Amino acid sequence: MIRKLLFMTLFLSAMPFAVYAVEPDEMLADSVLEVRAREVSKKLRCVVCQNQDIDSSNSGVARDLRILVRERLTKGDTNAEVLTFIHARYGDFVLLKPPFKPETYALWLAPIILILIGTGGVIAVLSKASRLTAITALNTDDERAVADMLAQDKKDRS
Amino acid sequence: MKRAIAALPILIALILGAFFLWGLNPDRDPNAIPSVLIAQPAPDFDLPTVDGVDVPGLSRSNLIGNPTPVVVNVFASWCVPCRAEHAVLTRMVERDSVRLFGINYKDKPEAARGWLEDLGNPYERIGSDLTGRAGIEWGISGVPETFIVAGDGTVLYRYVGPIVGSEAEEEFALALAQARAANGAGTGI
Repeated sequence: MIRKLLFMTLFLSAMPFAVYAVEPDEMLADSVLEVRAREVSKKLRCVVCQNQDIDSSNSGVARDLRILVRERLTKGDTNAEVLTFIHARYGDFVLLKPPFKPETYALWLAPIILILIGTGGVIAVLSKASRLTAITALNTDDERAVADMLAQDKKDRS
Repeated sequence: MKRAIAALPILIALILGAFFLWGLNPDRDPNAIPSVLIAQPAPDFDLPTVDGVDVPGLSRSNLIGNPTPVVVNVFASWCVPCRAEHAVLTRMVERDSVRLFGINYKDKPEAARGWLEDLGNPYERIGSDLTGRAGIEWGISGVPETFIVAGDGTVLYRYVGPIVGSEAEEEFALALAQARAANGAGTGI
């Protein structure tokens, strides 16, 4: 029951993200091409609203780009050719996944570097902790010494 | 080795601090879209005249071989800031003898005609971009946008938004002066 409810909540909360701005008159009759158009659109960022792909944006330019994508696919362009065409006009900015090149090294590598630093820190702290327990553990000589001291103490008191 | 590790948090703090300083700098506009057109030849486009307006249309060929840099302004009658910018552009044409070309972006021809009759027409040529396709060629994200194109057809400068207010006008005037100086320094094309 709880599992079902959880699933429902998850499903419903995911719903708003599935809303598209693509209007019926833009869609292509050829469903294969339309699916490809959606794939291409997912990689293109709306240049007005910026953190949406063009499929979920209602802006005029996003609509024009959607129509342009469909037009070029219909003319026989590959997905990559369409992306190249738009990239040539709007630059890296229009790609939701920016290419890996010197200007974007920081963007791509920062998470990896941060994870490495974090892992390094955790390992350093843990190894130090285990080294400390190793030092505090008593060996047999120590145990014997303690036993002797305790015996001596007992003798002194009596 | 131990000292190096001890310095690590300071190093990380410094890097993060520098990053935040850069990111929170009020002069930095995170919404600014860098133009890929700068220093590139003007895009290929060919627009007919706006129906009922007695200036010719605009195509790429009109931007090549001019003796001085020209200004290409993307505008529309439905664009509110364009109305304010219109006065600035008119002044530039009249006072600084700027050669101004227009791209009428996704506008109804009759609306554009009425707008130009109301406000006057400072444009030497106006291309009618009904579909917005030429706008995509220029990589615009909205109207108004204004470009400075060198005599040889190279795009030198792009201004996003209306050139209104002393700061914007000075910035644009400076870019135009630099474009003119660069053009004069060359062979005159």
